Amino acid sequence: MTDDTVDADSDLGFDPAVSDRDVPTAARAARASKAPSSSRGGGLRSKVSRKVSSVLVLIGALAAVGGGYSLLAPSSSADQTALSAADVETGRQLYESSCITCHGSNLQGVQGRGPSLIGVGSAATYFQVSTGRMPAAGQGATNNRKPAKFNEQQTQQIAAYVGSVGGGPQVPTGDLRGNPQNISDGGELFRLNCASCHNFAGKGAPLSAGKVAPSLNNATDLQLYTAMLSGPENMPVFSDNQITPDQKKAIIDYIQNLKASKDPGGAGLDRIGPVSEGLLIWTAGLGVLMVAILWIGRKS
Amino acid sequence: MTTLNEAPTVKGARRFDKPRTPQGKAGKFFEERLGLAGGLRKQLNKVFPDHWSFMMGEIALYSFIILILTGTFLTFFFDASMAEVRYDGSYVPLQGVEMSRAYASTLHISFDVRGGLILRQIHHWAALLFMAAMTIHMFRVFFTGAFRKPRELNWLIGLGLITLGLVEGFAGYSLPDDLLSGTGLRIAEAIMQSIPVIGTWVAFLAFGGKFPGTEIIGRLYIVHVLLVPGILAGLIGAHMALLIKQKHTEFPGPGKSEHTVSGERMYPTYAAKAGGFFFIVFAVCAALGGLAQINPIWLYGPYNTAQVSAGSQPDFYIGFLDGSTRLFPSWEIRLWHHTIPALFWPTIVLPGILFTLAGAYPFLEAKLTKDRAKHHLLQRPRDVPVRTGLGAMAITFYGVLLLSGGNDLIAKAFDISLNAMTWAGRIGMLLAPPLAYVIAYKACIGLQRHDREVLEHGIETGIIKRLPNGEFIEIHQPLGAVDDHGHGLLEYAGTPVPKKMNKLGNPQTARVKGFFRPVREKAEIEAELAALEQAEAERAASQRELTD
Repeated sequence: MTDDTVDADSDLGFDPAVSDRDVPTAARAARASKAPSSSRGGGLRSKVSRKVSSVLVLIGALAAVGGGYSLLAPSSSADQTALSAADVETGRQLYESSCITCHGSNLQGVQGRGPSLIGVGSAATYFQVSTGRMPAAGQGATNNRKPAKFNEQQTQQIAAYVGSVGGGPQVPTGDLRGNPQNISDGGELFRLNCASCHNFAGKGAPLSAGKVAPSLNNATDLQLYTAMLSGPENMPVFSDNQITPDQKKAIIDYIQNLKASKDPGGAGLDRIGPVSEGLLIWTAGLGVLMVAILWIGRKS
Repeated sequence: MTTLNEAPTVKGARRFDKPRTPQGKAGKFFEERLGLAGGLRKQLNKVFPDHWSFMMGEIALYSFIILILTGTFLTFFFDASMAEVRYDGSYVPLQGVEMSRAYASTLHISFDVRGGLILRQIHHWAALLFMAAMTIHMFRVFFTGAFRKPRELNWLIGLGLITLGLVEGFAGYSLPDDLLSGTGLRIAEAIMQSIPVIGTWVAFLAFGGKFPGTEIIGRLYIVHVLLVPGILAGLIGAHMALLIKQKHTEFPGPGKSEHTVSGERMYPTYAAKAGGFFFIVFAVCAALGGLAQINPIWLYGPYNTAQVSAGSQPDFYIGFLDGSTRLFPSWEIRLWHHTIPALFWPTIVLPGILFTLAGAYPFLEAKLTKDRAKHHLLQRPRDVPVRTGLGAMAITFYGVLLLSGGNDLIAKAFDISLNAMTWAGRIGMLLAPPLAYVIAYKACIGLQRHDREVLEHGIETGIIKRLPNGEFIEIHQPLGAVDDHGHGLLEYAGTPVPKKMNKLGNPQTARVKGFFRPVREKAEIEAELAALEQAEAERAASQRELTD
């Protein structure tokens, strides 16, 4: 155990190229030479304190240990015992003050209030809590994104606690952007797997009976990744067997670039396609011309 | 030395036979060869009405011209081929992606051809404007009864123009072979296949085999740039020729009759007006093309049969068919070993009924009202409440379908369940049109009654008078001669009735409005009026002197 940690420590550190994000990056040999564009800022993660960093490093170390294995087969029950006992304990306390009412004292769930969390994994917990969906405001067809109740550190701690009970997909660490060369692959994968619900520009769309595929506008890299890993609400799970971690990163790279990209043709009209264009031609187009017609008519 | 001002002195020869100015010589050259002067003079003297509502069709005409100009530019760079290429243009997120040459060349136009993107956008905005303008032009013709005998054929030509506009627009929308238009083509194929008995073969014929095949873009290209625009141009020509032959309609009013035309002549007033208006239309299209992004195909990605995006919508003019498809229940009917898919009813039968009804309307109305006379004077919508109600009904029905075509976006924007939107559309489609009929009908009757009331009692002056017995009455200004009871004698004539004292040429002086500042100030007008009055008084005095 100790050996693993030491090995990881010597292998992990801060990548100077991405230090503006203030996030420790698993400097894998392949990635260390690459300098990602500094424009890719992660809003939430920029506030992560150094203290959390050490937790992440620790989790990263674990990921590195099982890395080769997990690339080949999804590890749904990785050894969680190596997490800092103090963090798991803090997570348990947060859980017991905010989550226990609906999910039960042993995460077994409460009939009519909330499902069992045994085996959902830290990734699902991280997604739900960091997007503010949990704690839920109420039970409805869908849980909309709202301001998060917990900060990044607390979210990670709750996730660690939930993950420590029954295992499940874990919160990934390190750089979640793929090789920029792969952005077009990410686009193909996005159109194939994501656009059918989230729209071609990640604007989201309604599903049946009040359920919603949300907009990806505010999603961070980590939220996108954990969503794919855990399949929240109506979203399918995209396990590492279906979409490999590298492919997930390429998708994230495509989405975040798409969101940051400007519209070369002028106002983007919310990027929802012909409906907003139709609205504009009847108002700004024909509307302006009707005013012109009335003006000419008055002058006759 | 003779001048032009001198009377012709050569015996027997008219002065015009020997033009001396360069224009005159050129005119003689063409006249001797073409002999158009007589006809041209007649055309240049054609009288166009002044009313604003007659300019809506012009928007459609001008957008058609803009479409031809910008479309020609686009053909220089577009490659209507479905051959696969690997993209290596300047749009990074698609570099290395396999796509058709059609899509790659559209990306090339958008990112690598100078001025390509703005011209593509102007072209697309002008296409939307073309359809929207034809629609409101049709409303004008319908609600004022301009389609009545002898103009039924022009109504039918107009309907043909709108139908072909739909085809032309859909073909153009499909050409870039992006994910959105490919989805549209897939639906078009499904619609073809839904035709009972022959559907499969129709689809095979159109696509040259199985979807998507390698033919359809090339075929649609010829349809889009040659076949349909050619027919459109021909029909527009016929539309205008009939208009000139039959002359414009006009609203009834003082000095208007079934046997006269009034307004401005084609040359010079109307030519200047229309020429200026063309540039306004062009300006609006150019502003939209430069400021508002339309059909960002690079966001959609290349077409791939395995992919589809949420919120894949057609352009607005096809939207009513998308809406009808979303609303129609999924009834699949099996008859004599043939399946009639649910898609058949909302996408083929429904538009078939709609367009047949629209085409038959002038004849139906003539039959039902037994009105076989020729009409050159228009009717105000309020004076034909049944027709206005039917029109409101049709527009409401179309509007519900159109809104339902975007019901997913409405559901998302307002946090409504999509299923609730579908049911709202289904119920709305049946209930809203009759409601619109009743409201429009009542509104027409109300407006008519108000007109009659003003004709009978005069305009409300806003002056309240107290009689010696303490009663308060409002003074009304009669519009004409009155009978013994003070009731106006003017007949209701279906013409606008003034409702305000200002419209009567009330002695109150008002300034003449201009665009930025008054054309004439109040003081100036008052001085003029005073001078007029004085002149009148002097004239009366001198008359009196003469008679005395």
